[in-house]
Amino acid sequence: MIQMTAEAAQATRTQPVVEMSGVSVSFPGVKALQSVGLTLRAGEVHALMGENGAGKSTLIKALTGVYSIDEGTIIVGGEPRTFHSPAESQAAGISTVYQEVNLCTNLTVAENMLLGREPRSLGRIDTRAMNRRAGETLARLGLDIDPKSQLGRHPIAIQQLVAIARAVDIDAELLILDEPTSSLDADEVAKLFEVMRTLRAEGVAIVFVSHFLEQVFEISDRMTVLRNGQFVGEYVTAETTQLQLVQAMIGRELETLEKIEQEADEHTVKTQGAPLIEVIDLGRKGSVEAVDLKVFEGEVIGIAGLLGSGRTELARLLFGADTPDHGDMRMRSKVTKLRTPRQAIDHKIAFSSENRRSEGVIEDLSIADNMVLAMQASRGWLRPIPARTKDRLVKKYIEALDIRPANPNALMRNLSGGNQQKVLLARWLITEPELLILDEPTRGIDIGAKAQIQQLVANLAKDGMSVVFISAELEEVLRLSDRLVVMRDRRKIDERANQDVTVSDVLEIIAGEVRNDA
Amino acid sequence: MTTVIAPPESPANSPAPRPSRGFTFPARFLPVIATVVLFFAMFGAGSIRYEGFSSPQTILSVLVDNSFLIVLAVGMTFVILTGGIDLSVGSVVALSAMIAASALRSGWSAPLVVVAVLLTGSVLGLLMGLVIHYFEIQPFIVTLAGMFLARGLCYVISVDSIPIKNETFTSFASGTIEIGDYFITPSVIVALVVLVIAAIVLHMTRFGRTVYAVGGSEQSALLMGLAVARTKIGVYVISGFCSALAGLLYAIYTLSGYSLTAVGMELDAIAAVVIGGTLLTGGSGFVLGSAVGVLVLGLIQSFISFDGTLSSWWTKITIGVLLLVFVLIQRLFTRRTV
Repeated sequence: MIQMTAEAAQATRTQPVVEMSGVSVSFPGVKALQSVGLTLRAGEVHALMGENGAGKSTLIKALTGVYSIDEGTIIVGGEPRTFHSPAESQAAGISTVYQEVNLCTNLTVAENMLLGREPRSLGRIDTRAMNRRAGETLARLGLDIDPKSQLGRHPIAIQQLVAIARAVDIDAELLILDEPTSSLDADEVAKLFEVMRTLRAEGVAIVFVSHFLEQVFEISDRMTVLRNGQFVGEYVTAETTQLQLVQAMIGRELETLEKIEQEADEHTVKTQGAPLIEVIDLGRKGSVEAVDLKVFEGEVIGIAGLLGSGRTELARLLFGADTPDHGDMRMRSKVTKLRTPRQAIDHKIAFSSENRRSEGVIEDLSIADNMVLAMQASRGWLRPIPARTKDRLVKKYIEALDIRPANPNALMRNLSGGNQQKVLLARWLITEPELLILDEPTRGIDIGAKAQIQQLVANLAKDGMSVVFISAELEEVLRLSDRLVVMRDRRKIDERANQDVTVSDVLEIIAGEVRNDA
Repeated sequence: MTTVIAPPESPANSPAPRPSRGFTFPARFLPVIATVVLFFAMFGAGSIRYEGFSSPQTILSVLVDNSFLIVLAVGMTFVILTGGIDLSVGSVVALSAMIAASALRSGWSAPLVVVAVLLTGSVLGLLMGLVIHYFEIQPFIVTLAGMFLARGLCYVISVDSIPIKNETFTSFASGTIEIGDYFITPSVIVALVVLVIAAIVLHMTRFGRTVYAVGGSEQSALLMGLAVARTKIGVYVISGFCSALAGLLYAIYTLSGYSLTAVGMELDAIAAVVIGGTLLTGGSGFVLGSAVGVLVLGLIQSFISFDGTLSSWWTKITIGVLLLVFVLIQRLFTRRTV
């Protein structure tokens, strides 16, 4: 490690490693960044904050040369630079770990760490030296990973750490970590932070993007907040409170959430007479054990449970995506068998899957085309939707759900996660379902969109739609639901009216079951 | 906004199943090993069934008769490893043989002809690679166009078969290299040299590793700052070069150039690569596997000629069945690892 004198360290600290100012980037139909600035200093961890779709990833990709900028300047090490490819920015000492692991799973760990920089002797790659160097870097980061093993055989968390090890090996002046912790557990996060502190002490400038506020406050020295592609402000972490940060990021949405909660409390459901849908002893081997459940008209059923507790599996049974082995289903007292999703749709049931990317969004189609997919499917392909009806519906839902950009022809791939989710909801709402099953509708989207989606669910229930709401975020489930179903180990373990139930109550129900098991 | 219950990452991820140290290679080599086993099983079966089959000369003859296909399959392996495909190679073989035959007939010297042919093939590959990369057009379409172009150019040169009478070529064709009681031809040496160079390039150079990286994930390779453009274009140049070289070997093998030769040979090359264990989606496979794939195809023909009663279409049927079986094996194999 190079030991810098105090003055030298001070001197490098005064001149920013990277200074971006007035940077604008636009995609077809979307202005992703408008005149944004970012100043990064050596030996500092700089958090880049904002909701999803605020422009964080775009800003990073503009800096690293993945996207070209329309306006603005990027000054690196005192000189204005324009990077045309990641290779160029890498050569200038900027190393990036992207949100999704961008490595080659078909190669070994060592190859992934050193691709493009392999140690060579006589023009040939020295595999032994490569494995040794990779091993040393991994050891320095305290990671116990065999450099010779194939990357694809490791879980995502390990792959993420390998990506970071690759970035560290470059000896970068600037290390960009775009949501590096989203797939790491607490120990791994601690390990990563240790690595980050080491690098910071060595004078590396680090950009840290994360949704976890606690982590940001723990590790960062400064923060830049973006909102809707615009610069909100730069803050010194030590002088900022979490509340101030959240307000800078989202502004008005806090009030919305409080209002939803109040409305949901006032919302009452008639649980007399025949329920909209009733399942008795419904189950499927290896998926969910016998579940009894009633859903009344206009009722929001919240399903809480750990991952793998069977919440998604239950939703799939209700929608006919999986066929039950046993049990009955009644809709409005009539025995109904749902063998395929198509039959469920015909019975006015809609299901929004938790896997937005792989099971919902079609990225290369426009907002309008994505919206009318389910409706078109239920009409049959031989009866196209009249253009005027389609335009009217699409316009209505873009406005109702506040989808941005409000351009029906914008491609789905250019939308943020939250807006994609809204389009998916619109897709199902167009079919006018009586029962809407939402599996993790708010996962991975920003607080603003979360609030809007929750508001929407509350409004739909008020208008008489029944909703099954599944989420890992207990606050959400408790805020919205009239009745709460708790699942564990593929069984329903509790059901109660959602009155004065708190997060810790639910946790206790789940934990209590654990104790009973033990 | 605290997520109280299990964060969305699946708990299945947390107990990291670290693979045992040291012995991680078999999975990657499995398809190649399967091909080698198949080859020797076929050889064993033939030896039991037919008299004289068990001689090492059987295998050497397969090499002699298929040296051009090995060269072709090596080039094809580079392309397929990046996730591409090159349909033009059969036509380029014919074109190369045509160019060689007609240039020799008009009195060009042999070395000049060799250089000209290799250059033509490489330039054709370069052009296709440039179109594929910079216009982002599917390799299938671009090389299909290249296939028609090269085939058409053959007819422009001559519609009739042109014999080769150049002494350098004829002596190369009739030359044999004795190994004890057995023999091979100089073409086999050329093919084996190409194979070894290809293996070294793929496994010991940055270019080679980038080929695998691009095949694994082009997007990742780009974000890692690798020379994706150069690599993607490079593999088509290599394939073009190999096609031209195979064309020369083919011209020497047949001592003529004819527009209608090597029709469908690109498919033989693809079949050999796939049977050799290379994934058509890219990123996984070895040139050695492709060479063994060629030997398997060749051995099927030996079966038929030894049997004497089987018709030659059994070659096609067997190749079809083998291809299907190997693709299915690969499918199961990749499903398990992903």
